[in-house]
Amino acid sequence: MTTHDLVILGSGPAGMAAAATAVTHGIKPVVVDEQPAPGGQIYRSIESTPVKERRILGEDYWQGKALIDGLGDPRIDYRPGTTLWQLTRRLEVGLLRGEQASMIRARHVILAHGAMERPFPIPGWTLPGVMTAGSGQILLKSAGLAPSAPVVLAGCGPLLLLLAVQYLRAGIPIAALLDTTSTGHYRDALRLLPGALRSAGTLFKGVGLLAELRRAGVRHVRHVTALEAQGDERLERIRWQCGDGAEWHYLSTPLLLLHQGVVPNTQVTRALDCTHDWDERQLAWHPRTDPWLATDVEGVAVAGDAGGIVGAKASAIQGRLAGLGAAMALGRAGEEQTRKEVKRLRRDLARETAIRPFLDVLYRPAAHWRLPEDDTLVCRCEEVTAGELRRMADQGCRGPNQTKSFTRCGMGPCQGRMCGLTVSELLADANGQSVAETGYYRLRPPFKPITLGQLATAAEDASR
Amino acid sequence: MSARVVIVGAGLHGCSAAVHLSAQGHRVTVIDKAYAGRHASGVNAGGVRRLGRHPAEIPLAMAAWERWQRMAEVVGDDCGFRPVGQIKVAESDADLEALTGRERQVRSLGFDHEYLITRDELCKRVPALSPHCPGGLACDGDGYANPYRTVTAWRRQAQRQGVSFHEGVTVTGLEAHGSGWQVQAGRHRFSADILINCAGAWAGTLCQWLGEPVPLVAEAPMLMITERLKPFLGPVIGATSRPLSFKQFENGTVLIGGGVRGEVDSRRQVAETCLGGLAENADTVVSLFPFMHEARIVRTWAGIEAVMPDQIPVLSRSSTSASVIHAFGFSAHGFQLSPISGEIVADLAMEREPAYPIKPFSITRFQGHRSSG
Repeated sequence: MTTHDLVILGSGPAGMAAAATAVTHGIKPVVVDEQPAPGGQIYRSIESTPVKERRILGEDYWQGKALIDGLGDPRIDYRPGTTLWQLTRRLEVGLLRGEQASMIRARHVILAHGAMERPFPIPGWTLPGVMTAGSGQILLKSAGLAPSAPVVLAGCGPLLLLLAVQYLRAGIPIAALLDTTSTGHYRDALRLLPGALRSAGTLFKGVGLLAELRRAGVRHVRHVTALEAQGDERLERIRWQCGDGAEWHYLSTPLLLLHQGVVPNTQVTRALDCTHDWDERQLAWHPRTDPWLATDVEGVAVAGDAGGIVGAKASAIQGRLAGLGAAMALGRAGEEQTRKEVKRLRRDLARETAIRPFLDVLYRPAAHWRLPEDDTLVCRCEEVTAGELRRMADQGCRGPNQTKSFTRCGMGPCQGRMCGLTVSELLADANGQSVAETGYYRLRPPFKPITLGQLATAAEDASR
Repeated sequence: MSARVVIVGAGLHGCSAAVHLSAQGHRVTVIDKAYAGRHASGVNAGGVRRLGRHPAEIPLAMAAWERWQRMAEVVGDDCGFRPVGQIKVAESDADLEALTGRERQVRSLGFDHEYLITRDELCKRVPALSPHCPGGLACDGDGYANPYRTVTAWRRQAQRQGVSFHEGVTVTGLEAHGSGWQVQAGRHRFSADILINCAGAWAGTLCQWLGEPVPLVAEAPMLMITERLKPFLGPVIGATSRPLSFKQFENGTVLIGGGVRGEVDSRRQVAETCLGGLAENADTVVSLFPFMHEARIVRTWAGIEAVMPDQIPVLSRSSTSASVIHAFGFSAHGFQLSPISGEIVADLAMEREPAYPIKPFSITRFQGHRSSG
């Protein structure tokens, strides 16, 4: 097993910035990413996207180019198309590339593997034809793939608006944009506007997106309070309601893109058994970190959205901080030497994250969008409904590990990625206890499925 | 007369003892530092197996097997028991010779539940098995059950019979009180006429306090499970000269284990999986079932279990106190024995002669052992 000073997981803004900072301190990092090209979700396929017209994906997208160029530094051992399937507390790193599984050892690890979309469990969300807005955007960026028939976008959050505008600019017809943002949230968020003005640029971009949709005459339905996907074999139509007891509206569509924000992907920090806190404002788990973004597991730091949603620019700043933290931990930089830079980075970070409280409040999904009704599926892999989980709570299940043992909820191929948040919140609600008390799944390797054949090849590395 | 019984450990054996003692009218309290079935009891491979038992355990395993046939009567749930049979396969002629010897040994003890099957018969029962295997040792009626469901069924039955459970409570001290005990657990205090030690991997601490240390080792048997595969396997498969336990559940997933060990992190009280043993296990599976090369593992885990040097449990009265009973150290094969261990504990607690030979399980066999702690 070879040993490396620094292993960085993910080549999005945080991972790329961490790597660039590390090399300036004489560290040769290994950067591992599952995707075939760098950029993370935000700058995905920047080097290869067939969408060449710059205004479609927007200038924020093309800004990623500088970071991606930095990854070409020969001192960075960049490994695309490589999956992390195991990471132990002794910093043994299990990798999988094609059919080849291998193990390397790290002295320091920066987890910069980003966010995932919050589950959006509505009736019919498992029908073919219902996707997440994030996957819709992936198809657009990487393959220029766009739906041919008019599409419905539903939910809330900046990504949903951005995708709507990107579709619009690419000439893709939008049948409707159903906005689930709660009425009262506009008022609550308004109070946070003064603080948000510190990141005025981001704020104005958001306002600009809304204006662009309005000018184009996109059907924008606000205050949607209920939504269902319907169809026999696949999605045929949707129906929605604006207010309890209000009339149902129907619309035929072959494609529904759902989105209600992003949350940190905590599969790896959970498997490491890092301490996590429940963030009531972001309605998500965050690994607990110190000012250097180090977790309570020796040698492991988290940068970017994987540690709490901060957005692309702040993620890159966190990447730099974590890179400096790694250099100091590895004895390549002293506190004196980095003090000025750290001060500047922290100031930039404060500015870039000033808008978060505003966004978090405005786009906070209402309880009924997170705690589905009894008939709705929560765990897609094992087909467990919200009703079954509530029954388990009645029978004394206090947390997700108990319902897992009873119902197999969270035990399918995705290992709880798609249902984990819903299950924690649902059991907390049913038991009248806090989400923090309820806890989350205990996670185990492999983080992504690995075949028995691949596992057998990894053994040779481990014994070496 | 109704006694106050305190059981330490809400695993399978603790819950089974609670069911049997409460059924006899005693006031039973179960204390667990985490929750019922948190470690080995809840996450084991679920093998309901008489095949290959240590000779001393065979009479108990036979009696337990009889209880497994009617678990729904005992605890109100069949616990997912499926009597699909178990087969230990020979991978070589040397293996086959070992199995032949085993069959002879079992017969000489007066039992006939284990019997040799030929290569053709093996092929018929397990068509997916690699044809190089020259035969096997079978035990019809063995099978598997769902461990967490089982420990939960025992716990619920105990609760229905009035047993009180204190979960998330760690025993911190013992104090002799008349002929009984005061059990200190943080700010909780429990009075016991009879104390029962079913603390699994943590049972050694109690033994230490009682002045009868045991050479118990906490180990972490590892398991892994595949995604759903199309049905290809009936019986549970074991190997003769390498660790393997291999079974396909009704939902299509395949559970792989059989003794490879992970690591115990005693500070955090968790078991960690280790790559080496998992890969060794993967290798065994692929050589016996070549098509499994492409099967995807979705999860690996390990549970903390108490293992004794002679691989059989401690199931006996204490040697230092008349009011303490031990039932621990089942050495990674206690799942099947849980229906009978509780009966035996109840007999010992009430000073009745147990109906089964339990002399080999006496704690006195470790007399003279000095604790390393």
